[in-house]
Amino acid sequence: MTARARTVHLWGGLRPAADGAESVELHAGTIRELMRVLCEQYPKLEPFVDEGIAVSVNGTIYRDDWSQVLPVDAEIYLLPRIEGG
Amino acid sequence: MGKDTTFKARNFNSVGTRPLRPDGIDKVTGRARYGADFSMPGQLQGCILRSPHAHASIKSIDTSKAEKLKGVKAVVTRKDFITKDADPALLTVLDNCMAGKTAFYDGHAVAAVAAIDAKTAKKALQLIKVEYKVLKHVTDVDEAIKPKAPLIDKKCFTSGVDPKPSKASNIAARSEFGHGDVDKGFEKADVIIERNYKTGQSHQGYIEPHACVASYSPDGTADMWVCTQGHFDFRAQCAGILGMDASKLRVTSSEIGGGFGGKTHLWIEPVTLALSRKANRPVKLVMTRDEVFRASGPTSATSIDVKMGVTKDGTITAAEAELRYTSGPYAGSWARLGAMTAFACYDLDHVKTVGLEVLVNRPKTTAYRAPSAPMAAFAVESMVDELAEHIGMSAVDLRIKNAAKEGTRASYGPVYGPIGIGPTLEAAKNHPHMKVKLGKNQSRGMACGFWFNFGGQSCTDLNIGPDGSATITVGTIDVGGARASLALVVAEELGIPYERVKAVIADTGSLGHNDMTDGSRGTFASSLSAIDSCRMAIAELRNRAAQIWEIDADDVIWENGEAKAISKGAAGNSNREPLSLANLAQSAHKTGGPISGHSQIVADGAGVSFATHICDVEVDKETGQTSIVRYTVIQDAGKAVHPTYVEGQFQGGAAQGIGWALNEEYIYGDDGRLQNPGFLDYRIPVCSDLPMIDTQILEIPNPNHPYGVRGVGETSIVPPLAAIGNAISNAIGVRMTQVPMSPPRILAALNQE
Repeated sequence: MTARARTVHLWGGLRPAADGAESVELHAGTIRELMRVLCEQYPKLEPFVDEGIAVSVNGTIYRDDWSQVLPVDAEIYLLPRIEGG
Repeated sequence: MGKDTTFKARNFNSVGTRPLRPDGIDKVTGRARYGADFSMPGQLQGCILRSPHAHASIKSIDTSKAEKLKGVKAVVTRKDFITKDADPALLTVLDNCMAGKTAFYDGHAVAAVAAIDAKTAKKALQLIKVEYKVLKHVTDVDEAIKPKAPLIDKKCFTSGVDPKPSKASNIAARSEFGHGDVDKGFEKADVIIERNYKTGQSHQGYIEPHACVASYSPDGTADMWVCTQGHFDFRAQCAGILGMDASKLRVTSSEIGGGFGGKTHLWIEPVTLALSRKANRPVKLVMTRDEVFRASGPTSATSIDVKMGVTKDGTITAAEAELRYTSGPYAGSWARLGAMTAFACYDLDHVKTVGLEVLVNRPKTTAYRAPSAPMAAFAVESMVDELAEHIGMSAVDLRIKNAAKEGTRASYGPVYGPIGIGPTLEAAKNHPHMKVKLGKNQSRGMACGFWFNFGGQSCTDLNIGPDGSATITVGTIDVGGARASLALVVAEELGIPYERVKAVIADTGSLGHNDMTDGSRGTFASSLSAIDSCRMAIAELRNRAAQIWEIDADDVIWENGEAKAISKGAAGNSNREPLSLANLAQSAHKTGGPISGHSQIVADGAGVSFATHICDVEVDKETGQTSIVRYTVIQDAGKAVHPTYVEGQFQGGAAQGIGWALNEEYIYGDDGRLQNPGFLDYRIPVCSDLPMIDTQILEIPNPNHPYGVRGVGETSIVPPLAAIGNAISNAIGVRMTQVPMSPPRILAALNQE
């Protein structure tokens, strides 16, 4: 089954590695798929993915769970993987 | 995590009650064992030699005289650590624990000794000859970004800018967040204010200093006992630095006398392990208070430029900030967190934040409770009050009018789901505190705060004892009552009394990896795992009952701590006498052996958190002394598992914020050396400095936890700097723009006026 086309928003720090784009279009059904396709389409983003990217799905932030299914029409926003105290 | 974590409204029996914490008696009677309380037969005493210079290249280190001193068993320097092909991130960790070619700050470790006693070890330190070439230093964040500032790292080229800079600088990274067009937004404003705010570098101020005992065996395995917020991460990093398999190093965590983020990083642990390896004896190393201040965990010092615009009717039209945070001599992501959180409380069409990570000759910046958010909140929330004053609107009404809500695009990017900033503000507006009459020289302030919270990896075991009592084994350190909370969760799931559950923190050899207790994740993530473990054990308990009754397991339910047969299958099942947990445990040897549950998860969906604080101060205009007269914390906690410890977290964050706001600050001399490395000159608040801090818990359920639990540990430190700053500014009629607002600063502000 072909994954849906999605708009993925990038935080400012990622944009230089994605040709300055604020958002990118790609096909992905899960966070894992999203990360893979992102690196395939924008190889300069791979170091950021390796360092750690969190994914906001409709406002809920996923730092680690790459098995998360991306709901239809969900807002997807990539964020830095934050630290806490 | 692949499990159903959806919130389901329910009535609780155990969760939400306030039983005594299981570690309480040991802690108040002195029986509890903290890091420095552990000892081993034949152990040596470790001591560390530290740089007296703020910035110096290390030309040579001669340890020969120290090694010859009677009673000295090992001396280590950087050359005792294998660094070839090492992970660059671990090399940075190591460089902070033991300097390489350069000492980057006053207190940077350069050598270490293990000897038969402390006296001998200290004498040996004096015999180590280090030849330094003193370099120019810089400790101030704004001085460090000037073109002619001494360069901390010649290979530091600012990341996050395109194209990559051709010249090295002390700005390690730039990050940007926001949306809209701030210039257009400012055009719509009736009032625009621009200001610079500064905050001093503060320490977490944990009472227990860093301490550990390491025992490295000739067979290549090792044990470590340590005070830490994350013994699994300590294991992974120490093993990496020492070139060991992680499984060969077993780390046991002690009780922890405060961490607040400062015990998420390594400081002395790899050094202690290296000393033990070289000496072939156990080694104990405990930092002095002087060392804790000079060489561990302060937060960033900051300089923040803010610009905000508002219409006469109270709509904030645009907001912009540049946030410069010190990160010590190594690149960090502290300004980025400030830039993400600065305007997170508000619904803004046009917003832009830029964070700059600035290298300086200060100790490596470390996480401190909602790291970086309090400083950003100080700047922004101070300006929100000033905007309100300019347009003649109350500070609380301006905040309510502009508060973020479900559907708001957060200043850091995504659109919010259900959030609690609005309810905390409404609760503040209606709180009795707001109506208390103020006395002479007293004034009131308020502020809001935001923090992300997160989850992470957690792994738990649930074991049913032969008498039907239960042990929940977790791998997250208990920093604030988590054992009580997790025992309540297990009692709730199993349907047994809290008193029949014991929560235990396992060593690294006894459970799968657990992330640290940070990011307000301890109770959120480990309770998810504990619930999962319980549900696995309950499934097994139903099977055991089905065996005894010789019926299908589908005809057995678990209810109120008992297995009950239902008549879904064979007729007449419901006439059977229920089997209690104790009944099933006692017969376990006849039904398949021990009964247990296990869970390993990656917890996500912690849910963001908001708070509103109200503060009354009394300022003595002759001395500049500020007293906190009244203080109220209102915060969305999701479901409060143990309300007393939720309140404790609220109060603890506020108390630390009060200290930071009024007194706490690293003070450096012209020589770049820390002038106040002790609690006499770095003054944290004591009981007599604080009023009873009132709390109001708002229980807005987290949709991503079966009970609705959110993290609660960090958000409470975010608003105090600004709430107190606003109160003091209202009291003296002068806008305070620098933290701490110590008596000399208040007097200076009054005199300037």
